Amino acid sequence: MYRKTSEHTPRLKLLVGERDHIQGSQDAKVTLLKYGDYQCPYCGEAYGIVKRVQEKFGSDLRFVFRNFPLTEVHPRAEFGAEIAESASDQGKFWEMHDYLYEHQSYLSNEEFFLQYAGSKLGMDAQRIRDEVATHAHLPRIREDFMSGVRSGVNGTPTFFINDFRHNGDYQFETLVGAIEAALAGNQKKEKIVKALKPRVTKKTKKK
Amino acid sequence: MPKKKTVSKPKSKTILPPGRKAPNFSLHSTPDQKVSLSDFRGRPVILAFYPADWSPVCTDQLALYNQVLPEFQRFNAEVLGISVDGSWSHVAFSKDRNLRFPLLADFEPKGKVSSLYGAYQNRIGESERALFVIDHNGVIRWSYLSPDGVNPGADGILEALERIYPDKKAAGVS
Repeated sequence: MYRKTSEHTPRLKLLVGERDHIQGSQDAKVTLLKYGDYQCPYCGEAYGIVKRVQEKFGSDLRFVFRNFPLTEVHPRAEFGAEIAESASDQGKFWEMHDYLYEHQSYLSNEEFFLQYAGSKLGMDAQRIRDEVATHAHLPRIREDFMSGVRSGVNGTPTFFINDFRHNGDYQFETLVGAIEAALAGNQKKEKIVKALKPRVTKKTKKK
Repeated sequence: MPKKKTVSKPKSKTILPPGRKAPNFSLHSTPDQKVSLSDFRGRPVILAFYPADWSPVCTDQLALYNQVLPEFQRFNAEVLGISVDGSWSHVAFSKDRNLRFPLLADFEPKGKVSSLYGAYQNRIGESERALFVIDHNGVIRWSYLSPDGVNPGADGILEALERIYPDKKAAGVS
């Protein structure tokens, strides 16, 4: 099965670029990208963990978010994605992104988020209301989603570290370990070799 | 959940490779309905063997295929999920997850079809997580055995369909 696994090593097909929502510097040594769904409880859990990871690595890390709404199981995920994208048009993507993840149980209450946008963030709430109603940002959300599908996203949340799918879990220690490995060198290649040939790799012959 | 995604040892056994005729089978999709592979002759079929209904990783995988169904439909492809669970379990699971493709019960004799495709784990009595893309002539064109605990995603399936039917590209990045 070695060959099949290597054929299928998932890499990001749509590279991070100007279209993306990015936190952190372009010069950051490592990029952590999350495909997420605003209604997914695991994404909500991962949201707080990513914040801690960002704090830990500071300017060494940049974080990218792309939409992956699994609307068949999370019917309110699309609304979340739409309102965040609409807020992005008024320069407040991350504020809305954070607020959505901090208030996931309110996703059915559109006014709750519109009010936040209008009164707390000083945005044009009517414009957001219209854009959500007309699904103005759906093409972009769809593009995010399909870029994820084509890159091997297999559920939510799915993380990529420097363009490679992160196959570990999203616990703090796991993400930190994977990012540290990426900072130290090319952890990906090493990881793939291990995954492919655990018994054959000479260097790991510790016993 | 959190997602159980450990990279496991490679498996020594092999699943049916591309180029082979896909063995026909007939399995229950509901307690009173049977589905045969030959029912879909003339259309591509995606066979997704998976270990069990209700386990979190499978749920992700099947939910993803459910969501990507419109892309598969561009190729007129049918998705069939197969596990050793009985048809009553499949019915409940399918309803719970709102799945819009059939789940087939490889239940009696247990795992017979999975074994036929080399996708049965005798040790634990469950199907492997294995994917097959079968073309309109009933020939396996792509097969993939996923490591334990790793949800394979849909990218490999779409790439295989595009290779077989280059005139019908799926959406997404070129």
